[in-house]
Amino acid sequence: MFDIERWQEIFETLSKNKLRTFLTGLSVASGIFILVVLLGFSKGIENGVKSQFEQDATNLITVWTGVTTKGYKGLNPGRYIQMKNDNFELISQKYEDNIEYETSLYAIWGAEVAYKNETGNYRVRGAMPDHQFIENAEIESGRFVNQSDLKENRKVAVIGRKLKQDLFKDEDPIDKNISIFGMNFKVIGVFIDPGGEREEQQAYIPLTTSQKVFNAGDNIRNMLFTIKMSDNFDEAVALSQNMANAIESELKVMHTVAPDDTSAVRVFNTLEEAKQIYSLIATIQAVFWFVGIGTIIAGIVGVGNIMLIIVKERTKEIGIRKALGAMPMSIVSMILQEAVFVTMFSGLFGLIFGLGLLELVGPMIDSDFIKYPQVDFNIALTTVFLLVFAGALAGFIPAYRAAKIKPIVALRDE
Amino acid sequence: MIQIKDLHKSYHMGSNSLHVLKGINFDVKQGELVSIMGSSGSGKSTLLNILGMLDEADEGQYILDNVPIKNLNEKIAAKYRNEFLGFIFQSFNLINYKSALDNVSMPLYYKGVKRKERTERAMHYLEKVGLAQWSHHLPSELSGGQKQRVAIARALASDPKVLLADEPTGALDTKTSYEVMELIQGINDEGKTILVVTHEHDIAQMTKRIVNLKDGLIIDDSPVEQIRASEQIRLSEQLKDSQHV
Repeated sequence: MFDIERWQEIFETLSKNKLRTFLTGLSVASGIFILVVLLGFSKGIENGVKSQFEQDATNLITVWTGVTTKGYKGLNPGRYIQMKNDNFELISQKYEDNIEYETSLYAIWGAEVAYKNETGNYRVRGAMPDHQFIENAEIESGRFVNQSDLKENRKVAVIGRKLKQDLFKDEDPIDKNISIFGMNFKVIGVFIDPGGEREEQQAYIPLTTSQKVFNAGDNIRNMLFTIKMSDNFDEAVALSQNMANAIESELKVMHTVAPDDTSAVRVFNTLEEAKQIYSLIATIQAVFWFVGIGTIIAGIVGVGNIMLIIVKERTKEIGIRKALGAMPMSIVSMILQEAVFVTMFSGLFGLIFGLGLLELVGPMIDSDFIKYPQVDFNIALTTVFLLVFAGALAGFIPAYRAAKIKPIVALRDE
Repeated sequence: MIQIKDLHKSYHMGSNSLHVLKGINFDVKQGELVSIMGSSGSGKSTLLNILGMLDEADEGQYILDNVPIKNLNEKIAAKYRNEFLGFIFQSFNLINYKSALDNVSMPLYYKGVKRKERTERAMHYLEKVGLAQWSHHLPSELSGGQKQRVAIARALASDPKVLLADEPTGALDTKTSYEVMELIQGINDEGKTILVVTHEHDIAQMTKRIVNLKDGLIIDDSPVEQIRASEQIRLSEQLKDSQHV
């Protein structure tokens, strides 16, 4: 394998048969290249769809209420169902074991928020500390709302990055006062939300504070829960679906809503939707893998085919070499080493070319549904070695047979 | 150098069996230049192939330089071929993508000679056949006579005990044939044992001994008065000149 004389002989043979070398290399390189690009884009689609979807926690159960559409137990339809703090606490206690994060919200749309001379209309949401994790929000500076803010009804606000840019420009907003409907709130933090600018054009204040300053009593608008994920995804989906159903029926009982009234109490289970999207992604990936593996198989067959032709074409040469004293094994290993070298070299070339393309084109793709196309380097490398191995195997059989031909027969071959 | 006793060889084609060699006996001494003659189908090429270990006899004894040649596996046959024999073929059998020099150094590569020495020795033999300035040309860029000279240089490269030539002039015109024979005679003069298979009488007359084969048996084996190829070339040139005048 490391015999320098042998390698010199091989390089000489390869460089003097440029077309043959080039064609073999091309079929291998293009196979690997196509596979890498396919897998890259499959990953890109996965990344894109997931990032679209994972702006908020994926294991989220959202509860909101509306107006009854059906009369029930003597009550008229058209009644607005108002959730209270009690409802939230009851559910929170009852499902304590399954709940990961929880919050109830009281939000005001289009609140007038001002700092010095800058004014704008933004959504202001009263929330609990867990809300940060439910929104997948990250703190850029300062901190999020905490439990003591809640307990003491502090007039503090965590503002989105966009809101900060609008009102504060380059100024550091921490510990500055903003006014919401003329009331002063101290800014304690700035957050970033994966949902983008839309989500960053709002401010969070403690739930209790919002109920107080907006005269809401103990009213709440929404309840959000995330459920603890078990290792088994299907189990988690089933659990969250059960929980969603249970919460819905309990709230209906509490507020005397007809069980089949779909608009008064609504519970949305994100995980159910996640399951569908994940299975869609899995299908896309399976298709890409299928095409990729098909390409690789075509590549292997191509390499094998070329090897067969090479051996056939070189039968006479093999005969000459044997007449000059070549050992049968030296013939086999000569052909194999050539094959392995060419497939390896061009396989890696295709790999690097494919990765380079993804690296180059990846950031230029401006689509919400394809993000960061990339390939697991190990997978790509494994396929290269697989191709090399298969190419060697495909080359071995004809090479071995050729080495077995009697030199006199091989020499007669025209 | 070569001792052969009662050599038999048959080829089987389907149900037909063709008995090609029916008991060949002959010896070749060191330094001999022997031609094997016979019409096609007489078994002369088969005999040469067996001598060259390219083919195996069914029966009989073959001793080459005191080494009994029998029950060869591929490995040993390859080693013996490399060590004992040099081949010259009718169709030259040069590797077409290798230069003259690389073709000549090929047997040395299989002998395990290092590259530098290989090139030197190959160059030496190319000089010997008068093709030093053609060393980097591909076979396709050489004439038939030149190709055969390269093949002869290649056969000599590993310094074998015996040269085996199968119709070495079969693909060449008369003048070139004589030039090739002149070269072969020169090599023989230096003491190399050479066997030439041919069906051309003038070529056979240029050896020192003619073995005549017919239907798989030796019918005649006698020394001849060697005609020097250089003489023939000179004569034919004189003839040409006289025709012009």
